[in-house]
Amino acid sequence: MSTISTVIFLIGFPLLVAIALLILKSDAARDIIVKVAAVAIIAASILLVVQQFGSGGEYFEIKAAETIGKIMMVCEVCLAIIIVVLGCKYKRFLAPVFAIIQTPLMIWFELSKGHHIAVNNPMYIDRLSMIMVLIIGIVGSLITVYAIGYMKDFQHHQKEGVPDRRPWFFFLMFLFLSAMFGLVMSNNLIWMYFFWEITSLCSYFLIGYNGLFHTKENEDKVATRNAFRALVMNLFGGLGFVIGIILLGTYYETLELSTMITIGAMGYSVVAPAIFLAFAGITKAAQMPFNSWLLGAMVAPTPTSALLHSSTMVKAGVFLIIKLAPVLGWNVAGIMVMMVGGVTFLLASFAAISQTNAKKVLAYSTVANLGLIVACGGVGTAEAVWAGIMLIIFHAVTKSLLFLCVGTAEHQIGSRDIEDMDGLFERLPKLAAFMLIGIAGMFLAPFGMLISKWATMVSFVDSNNILLVVIICFGSAATAFYWTKWMGKLSATMAGRENIQKNVHGEETFVHATLATLTVIVCLGFPFISSALLVPYLEGNFGSVDTLALSANNMVILCIMVAVLVLLFAFFFGKTNKKIVPLYMAGYNMGDDLTFMNAMKGETAVSLRNWYMESYFGEFKMNVIGVIATSIIIVATVGIVIGTLGGM
Amino acid sequence: MSYITKSPWVIHYDGSSCNGCDIEVLACLMPMYDVERFGIINTGNPKHADVFLVTGSVNEQNKNVVKQIYEQMPEPKVVVAIGICACNGGIFKECYNILGGVDTVIPVDAYVPGCAARPEAIIDAVVTGLGILEQKRQALANGELLKEPEPEAAVAAPEEAAEEGKEEA
Amino acid sequence: MVKVIIAVIAYIILAPIVGGFLAGLDRKITARMQGRVGPPVLQPFYDVLKLLEKESITVNRVQDFYVMCFFIFVIVTGCFFFAGENLLLVMFTLTLASVFLIVAAFSSNSPYAEVGAERELLQMLAYEPMVLITCVGFYMFTGSFEVGQIMLSTKMPFPYLIGIFLGFIFILTIKFRKSPFDLSMSHHAHQELVAGLKTEFSGKTLAMLEAAHWYENVFLLGMVFLFFVNGTWWGYVIGIVDVLLTYFLEILIDNSFARMKWQVAINSSWIVAVVLGTVNLFMLMFVR
Repeated sequence: MSTISTVIFLIGFPLLVAIALLILKSDAARDIIVKVAAVAIIAASILLVVQQFGSGGEYFEIKAAETIGKIMMVCEVCLAIIIVVLGCKYKRFLAPVFAIIQTPLMIWFELSKGHHIAVNNPMYIDRLSMIMVLIIGIVGSLITVYAIGYMKDFQHHQKEGVPDRRPWFFFLMFLFLSAMFGLVMSNNLIWMYFFWEITSLCSYFLIGYNGLFHTKENEDKVATRNAFRALVMNLFGGLGFVIGIILLGTYYETLELSTMITIGAMGYSVVAPAIFLAFAGITKAAQMPFNSWLLGAMVAPTPTSALLHSSTMVKAGVFLIIKLAPVLGWNVAGIMVMMVGGVTFLLASFAAISQTNAKKVLAYSTVANLGLIVACGGVGTAEAVWAGIMLIIFHAVTKSLLFLCVGTAEHQIGSRDIEDMDGLFERLPKLAAFMLIGIAGMFLAPFGMLISKWATMVSFVDSNNILLVVIICFGSAATAFYWTKWMGKLSATMAGRENIQKNVHGEETFVHATLATLTVIVCLGFPFISSALLVPYLEGNFGSVDTLALSANNMVILCIMVAVLVLLFAFFFGKTNKKIVPLYMAGYNMGDDLTFMNAMKGETAVSLRNWYMESYFGEFKMNVIGVIATSIIIVATVGIVIGTLGGM
Repeated sequence: MSYITKSPWVIHYDGSSCNGCDIEVLACLMPMYDVERFGIINTGNPKHADVFLVTGSVNEQNKNVVKQIYEQMPEPKVVVAIGICACNGGIFKECYNILGGVDTVIPVDAYVPGCAARPEAIIDAVVTGLGILEQKRQALANGELLKEPEPEAAVAAPEEAAEEGKEEA
Repeated sequence: MVKVIIAVIAYIILAPIVGGFLAGLDRKITARMQGRVGPPVLQPFYDVLKLLEKESITVNRVQDFYVMCFFIFVIVTGCFFFAGENLLLVMFTLTLASVFLIVAAFSSNSPYAEVGAERELLQMLAYEPMVLITCVGFYMFTGSFEVGQIMLSTKMPFPYLIGIFLGFIFILTIKFRKSPFDLSMSHHAHQELVAGLKTEFSGKTLAMLEAAHWYENVFLLGMVFLFFVNGTWWGYVIGIVDVLLTYFLEILIDNSFARMKWQVAINSSWIVAVVLGTVNLFMLMFVR
C-alpha cells in the first residue's frame, strides 16, 4: 500500500463509516462498526507513520486536485446555506452574517485570483503531521469506542420522549475524524480552510446535540445558545483565515503553507497573512477573548468534550500556530500570539481555581494549556516549539482520559461536581485510580505536562521573555493548586460507601485503562519521541537544534522517577498492618468518622469542602480582565499590520 | 536506651473542672516552670500524646470523650488525674450527674490531689508517670499484653502526693 | 561522578543530623528569647526516636503510604540538589513531595487535617512563584540551571540577585513553617487547628514527617548558600555565615510576629514575588 492510499484511506474511511452509522440504526450494528472502524483507523494511522518514518515525510501531488477543489467549493456553499437556514430558524443572525461575508469572499477569490495560482503540493506529511495523525487516530478512535457505552447511558438518562439521535451523534464524530485527518495533512490552505470549516460545523452540531432539531419542549435552550456562540466565534476565526489566504495569494502569489514558511525563512516579512492565520488559530484554540465558546461547549455529551474540545479540534488551532512558528517570534504577529497565549494561560489557570464543576475545571485547564502552546508558537524558537509540540502530545492523551473519567463519574454518581466526588476511591476504585493518574499527568513532576512546562519555561527565558516567564511561574502555582485539591477530594477515604464499579460499561473501563497506560507510556517514551519525531522536525524548520531545554540526563532521571512512582504504588499502595483507629474530631467521634457528638449532645455530621477563593479568582473577574486585555492586544497588533498593508 | 522518658508529650483535657487546675497546668508550660526543659510539649492531639492530663471529674456528658481520647493515644501511654475532682470527684462527688474520678472510666497511673493542684505537684506526677511509661514501653517491646495498672502501683498515691505538696509549700 | 556519589551519600547521612541539630538550636534560642531555659539541643532527636518507639496506628490504609512517598521524594529533592542537578528538576520534585503530603492529609478525611491540607495548598500557591523566579534568576545570572554549574560561578550571585534573595528569604518563612505564616501545622497555636495537616499522623509516620522536614530545611539552606558561592574559600565562609544568619533571622521573625491570616500570606508573598522577583529579573536581562 502506498502512502498516498493510506492518506486517502484515513480521510475517506471515517467518512464512509460516518455515513454507514447514520443509516444503520440498530445498537448491535453500531457497536460492531464503531469498534472495527476504530481498530482500522488506529492501524492505518500507525501504518502511515511507519511508511513515512524513514523518509521523514513528503509532499504529494494529487492529479485530481482541480476536481477535488471544485467539490470542496460546492460543499462550502452547501455549508454556508445550512448555516444561514439554521441561523434564521433559531433567530440568531450573527452566524449567517459571517457565513454570507466569508463564503462569497472565498469563492470570489478562488474563481478570480486564486484560480491562477498553481498549487504543486496540496497535501504533505511531515513529522508534526505524523504526531497529529497518531493523536487523532489513537485517541480519537478510543474516544469513539468509549462513546458506545457512554451514549447508551446518556440516552437512558434523557427525559421521556426524547428521540434517540445516536446515529447522528456517531455520524458527526466520524465525519469530524475524517475532516481532522484532512486538516493536518493539507498544505493547500484552501483545502485546510475547507476542513477547518467542517470541524467548526461538527463542533456546532455536537454542542447543540440537546438543543438543535429538537421539539420545543425537549429543547435544551442553553445547548442551542452555546452552539451558536461557538459557531459565531469559529466563523469569525474562519473569516480571519479567509483574509489570511487572500493576503497570501495577493501579495505572495502562493497558497501553500510550506511556501509561505519558506518565504518567511528567506527573510521576507510574511507578517500580514501570518497574523490573520494566527488569529484564526486563536479563535479555534479558544484563547481569550474567545474562550467563552469552549466553556459553553461543555454542555455537549462528554465524548464530544474529550474529542473535539480538548484533544483534537482545538489542537487544530494550535497546530496552525505551531506550523507558523518559524515566521513568528519578535514581530507584530509573534507578539500578538505570545501575549494572547500568555494572558490566557495565566487567567484561565486562575479561573479554574474558582470552579467546582469538574468539566469546567477541565475546560479552563484546556484553555490554559492551549494558551501555553500558543505562547510557545508565538515565541517561535526551536526550543519553544519543542515544548509546544510536547504539550500537544501529553495534553491530548491526559486530558481526554480526564474528560472520559468525569463522564463516567457523572453517570455513576449523578454529578459532575468535584465536591460530590469525595470518597470516590471507595465507590469507584478503578475509575478514581485512572482519574488520579490523569490528574498527576497534568501537573506533577515526572509526568508529561510538567516536562513540557519546564521546557516552555526555559525557552521563554532563553528568548528573553521575562513577562512570559513570570506568567508561567504564577500560572503553574495556580495549576498545582486546583489539581491538588481535586486529587485530595478523590483520595479522601470514607467508610461505608458502596462500591459501584461494576455498573461501569466494559468499553468505558477499557478506554480509561488504555489511555491511562498511554499516559504513563508516553512519559516513559518521551526521550524517544523527542529524538525520533521532534528533533528532525525542528531541524527541518529551524536549521540545527543545538540545545534542548532538557538535557538527556534530565530526561532519563524523569523516566526513572516515573518508574519508581509506578513501582511504589504497585507494591505499597493500600497495604498496611497497622491498627486502624477512628479520626480525631475534638468531640466524641460517633465511630463512623463522619459524625461527632457536639457540646449539646446532638450529633453533627462532618462536611468538608474545598477552597475556591472566589474573591481572588472569580470566574467573571478573570474573564473580564482577560477579554479586555487580549482584545486590546489583538486590535492593536492587527491594526498595526493593516496600517502597514496600506503602505505596501 | 529509651527515649520515651525524654520526650513525654502531653494532652490536657478539662473534664468539668472549675479551671483552677487548668490554670495550674498551663502555668507549668510558662517560663516560670518551663517544662519544655524536660522535653514536655503540650500537643493538644491524642494521636501525638504520651501523657494524658485530666482535670475535673467525669460526668455522663464527657465520659465517652475521655474514653475516646484515651483510646486514640498510641501505646505506651499514661494517665495523670490532676486535682481532687479528677482523683475522686472532689466536692462534686455526690452530685446526681457525676460519675466520680477519672478512674471510673479509664485506668489512671498517677493522682495529683489538691484544689487547685500545685504546678510542682503536677510536674512531679508527670515525672513519676514517666517511670510507668518506661515499664509499659518495655512491655510493648517484649510483645506482652498490657495489664491494667493497679491504682496502688502508682508511685504518687494520693496521700503521699498531698504530703509532698505540703512539704513543698 | 565519584564526587556526586559522595555528596549524595553525605547528604543522606548528614542532613538529618544537621537538620535535627538546627531544630534543637531553634528551640533553645526560641526558649531564650521567651525567657525560658528550653529543652536540650538534642531534644528533636529524642522526640523522633521516641516516636519510633510508639505503637503503630493509622486512620486508613493509604495515609501512611503517602507520607512515606513524601519522605522519599523530599530526600530525592535534596539528593538532586547536592548532586548538582537541574534546579527546576529539584523544585519540581519538591512540589511532587509536597503534593504527597497534602494528599496524605486529605486522604484521612479528618476535619482538622483537611483544613490544614487546604492551608498547605494555599501556602504552596503563595511560595511557588517566588521559588520558580529564584531558579530563573540563577539561570539568567549564571547561564545554567545546573547546581553544579552555578557552583562554578566565579562571580557571587548575591549582589545581582539581591531582590530575589530577599524574596526567597520571605517565602522561606513559609517553608520553614514559622510565624506569621505557620498556617497549616499550627505549631504554636494548636488550640486553633489541633495539629493541622499532621493531626492524624502518629508514631513512625510522624517521625518520618519530622525527619523529612530536617532534610527539607537543609536543602533550603543549601539554596541560600547558593547565593554566595564565587568559587573561592571565602565565598564558602560567607555562604555558611549567611546561612546561619538567615536561620537566626527566621527564628527572630518567628518569635516577634503573631500568626496572620491566610489572606496576608498570599497577598504579601505574591506582592514580594512580583515586585522584588520580577524587577530583579528585568534588571538581570540588562546585565546579561
